[in-house]
Amino acid sequence: MDNGFKDRALPVVVGLLFLSALYAIFFYAPTERVMGIVQKVFYVHLSMAFTAFLSFFIAFVSGILYLTRKDIKWDVYGSSSVEIGVVFISLTLLSGMLWARPIWNTWWTWDPRLTTALILWFIYVSYLILRTSVEQEERRAAYCAVLAIAGFVDVPIVFMSARIWRTIHPVVIRSDSIDIEPSMILTLMITLTAFLSLWFLLFKLKTSVALTCKRIRFLENKIEGGD
Amino acid sequence: MKNLVFLVAAYMAVWAGVFSYLAYVAGQQRRLVRRLSRLEERLKEKDMVEEVT
Repeated sequence: MDNGFKDRALPVVVGLLFLSALYAIFFYAPTERVMGIVQKVFYVHLSMAFTAFLSFFIAFVSGILYLTRKDIKWDVYGSSSVEIGVVFISLTLLSGMLWARPIWNTWWTWDPRLTTALILWFIYVSYLILRTSVEQEERRAAYCAVLAIAGFVDVPIVFMSARIWRTIHPVVIRSDSIDIEPSMILTLMITLTAFLSLWFLLFKLKTSVALTCKRIRFLENKIEGGD
Repeated sequence: MKNLVFLVAAYMAVWAGVFSYLAYVAGQQRRLVRRLSRLEERLKEKDMVEEVT
């Protein structure tokens, strides 16, 4: 299969997966008895949170690989991953607030799950700020790799927070079971697959942008050097 | 259907966020590809001039 076909096919596959997810959310999954229709936020909320965690995990692994191998491609993968992760964690927080307002009667509460998730958002936003404030490429990559590794410590804390501390945030996925209807689990799986495919599409685009930037800088230096 | 407005708001926020980011990255990529091809042309012209001289 040639690359051009794969490049065109991927957005189509992502689009179809999202159409399937929306169909499953609104026409297949039952409406939850207590929360009513607003519970349907759950499918995108949890899928985006999981996708954000995956992004930060990729950044964590890329950070380790950059520090051990000093290959700049790991910095490209790490920074692309963090940027996408920040988009998804921001949307997770936003959708959570819109879900919380009718159910908890508040937009925000300093609950352990929400607070640790907000800290996670701050950590990775500071990663993006750090990238714009260090000029020298190797130094920037090293600082960001360290921050991506250290910042990842918060991901398991966010995940475990609702299990360790007293919280009003529901825990759906337990170590031995998932506390929802089978049709809701299937809907969640389809939505999660759609978001993971979107993550892959965005990651491909973002790494391609970063690599094109590098090529441009190389050619500009070559032209300026020759003049 | 109580709370429908919050469901609609949440989905609109999610899709607006996702599509804006996708459009931003795709636009960035298009701009960079154009700039890259201009630079490659410039470099080709420069090499040709150097060959002649």
